[in-house]
Amino acid sequence: MKVLVCISNVPDTTSKINFTENDTKFDTNGVQFVINPHDEYTLTRAMWFKEKQGASITVVTIGNQSSEATLRKALAIGADDAIRVNAEATDGYFVAQQLAEVVKNGGYELVLAGRESIDYNGGMVPGMLASILDYNFVNAVIGIEVIDSKVVVSREIDGGKEIMESSLPMVLGAQKGIVQETELRIPNMRGIMMARKKPLTVVEPVEAEEMTVAQNFEKPEAKSACKIVESVDELIDLLHNEAKVI
Amino acid sequence: MSILVFAESSEGKFKKVALEVTSYGKKLAEQMQTNLVVVTAFVEDTTPLAKYGAGKILIGNSDGLKTSDAMVYADFLVAAANQENADVVIIDSSVNGVFVAPLVAAKLQAGYASNVVALPNSLSPFVVKRKAFSNKAFNNTEIKTATKVIGLAKNSFGLFENPTESSVETFSPDLPDGRVNRTSVETASGIVTIADADIIVSAGRGLKSGDNWGMVEDLVEVLGAAIACSKPVSDLGWRSHTEHVGQTGKQASSNLYIAIGISGAIQHLAGVNSSKVKVVINTDAEAPFFKSAEYGMIGDAFEIVPKLVDKLRTFKAENG
Ligand SMILES: Cc1cc2nc3c(=O)[nH]c(=O)nc-3n(C[C@H](O)[C@H](O)[C@H](O)COP(=O)(O)OP(=O)(O)OC[C@H]3O[C@@H](n4cnc5c(N)ncnc54)[C@H](O)[C@@H]3O)c2cc1C
Ligand SMILES: Nc1ncnc2c1ncn2[C@@H]1O[C@H](COP(=O)(O)O)[C@@H](O)[C@H]1O
Repeated sequence: MKVLVCISNVPDTTSKINFTENDTKFDTNGVQFVINPHDEYTLTRAMWFKEKQGASITVVTIGNQSSEATLRKALAIGADDAIRVNAEATDGYFVAQQLAEVVKNGGYELVLAGRESIDYNGGMVPGMLASILDYNFVNAVIGIEVIDSKVVVSREIDGGKEIMESSLPMVLGAQKGIVQETELRIPNMRGIMMARKKPLTVVEPVEAEEMTVAQNFEKPEAKSACKIVESVDELIDLLHNEAKVI
Repeated sequence: MSILVFAESSEGKFKKVALEVTSYGKKLAEQMQTNLVVVTAFVEDTTPLAKYGAGKILIGNSDGLKTSDAMVYADFLVAAANQENADVVIIDSSVNGVFVAPLVAAKLQAGYASNVVALPNSLSPFVVKRKAFSNKAFNNTEIKTATKVIGLAKNSFGLFENPTESSVETFSPDLPDGRVNRTSVETASGIVTIADADIIVSAGRGLKSGDNWGMVEDLVEVLGAAIACSKPVSDLGWRSHTEHVGQTGKQASSNLYIAIGISGAIQHLAGVNSSKVKVVINTDAEAPFFKSAEYGMIGDAFEIVPKLVDKLRTFKAENG
């Protein structure tokens, strides 16, 4: 089985979010970029397919040269090879079209992506990719088993989960739950050394339309100070009469 | 020209988000001087949609809709958008909404903006404000295509009544067979879900063990709230990971969010900051959550929460 894991390169979850150039650009100054957490979960699950089912694992990102560090980390975790499509990832549909090209050229049968990137929170790339490829698709996936070409997934729904069956080829948008927290792997020295020798191919983007353009950013309004309340009676009174939420 | 809204239902009744997208659609139709069409499946009583401004209602009853394959639902919405010549398609941000919206956008060759929080800032160019960076910022995004898909963030716009004479038609486009089949569902019955809740009661590692949740459950019960937890709580197995809220968990955007023994780490706040009123109960006056909350109590949850439950029981008995 050929598995493709889509990796989005995002600011670390603790990053300070600031903007420059009249609030039109994200300020990357001092920001550490990491594998999108949801993608780290899928990559970990993919390693299981590699080790238990002999799958080959390719990681891919659409991004400029600075995103290669993140791809190298994915290789150090255990992916076999990496592809970088040399373009700025701005619009979800543009990214999905680039990924579709990679999938077609590489003949990947199972494409794993994350529920959303934690920067733009688009939640759009996996579904668009499945549409373009006409692959079967499930999102919010918290469990995957592949038996021959049958795929059984569990999907998180409001207040519970559902089990779905489908078949390869397939795109999945996955999230926390797909592996245990303790299964996440920190690259070790040997992994890092080996990663240097693994192939990282850079390809140029195909012609594709951008359907949306991010204009400028705004910060939420500053919040007024927290009211410290001394008793539960006072709290109930404030929630009822002032905030009007109970 | 028209605005098309997808009104999601569950067990024959409209979800609250369905009425919110209808409210939004109505205001957008006024702004764009066009008509609002609401498409739905399986529901017989459409009066709630008319109450929130639906002029035309399409009730889908194709056999193909009895599927759990979002691709088929996308085809259904695309057929409705084509029939109604829709300029804008509006979909909610429930688990099903975010499942189907990108598929509809790709099939319609329409630009898609998710997590939209307000009516467009301008129509030409078409610019909407959306949440980005996990609630730490907003981004104004231009949609450049002729047809547009908007994913409306939950609880961001509100409900606005706008009683309207509506026409109701059945709508039965041919749909393909689903290629993804649901084999079973597990849902806890009788609980309020994080997605639907007006009030969420959430607790963290401050509770010390998985055995101490009785008082939290009591508070949930008296408030008719949903229960939630921080990430370590689900990682430790104290609670199910379906209750985990935050950047890597569910989004909490309720009217009231009560955080008990939660420090307020940036990743936690990222998923709960869009709640309207936040209350924090924590022994540590320096806990970062106090900076994000509207109301706070500094003290021991094991003393405060049982008292709060007692007093709320009395309050509820008096105020109904
Ligand atoms: C990539 C990544 C993603 C993450 N995503 C999430 C996420 O989605 N959601 C999430 O929640 N976290 C997330 N985290 C974890 C986050 O960084 C914090 O570790 C976590 O939120 C802390 O949980 P907590 O507040 O329950 O525990 P703690 O930080 O241990 O806080 C416990 C609090 O309880 C208080 N306390 C102790 N005893 C009492 C008492 N008797 N009464 C009252 N208060 C008491 C303490 O003062 C303290 O403030 C993520 C981390 C990473 C690295
Ligand atoms: N630039 C990118 N390169 C590769 N994969 C991406 C990229 N952007 C998004 N993805 C994938 O799509 C998922 C959802 O991202 P998004 O739609 O941007 O929220 C991510 O978790 C990734 O798996």
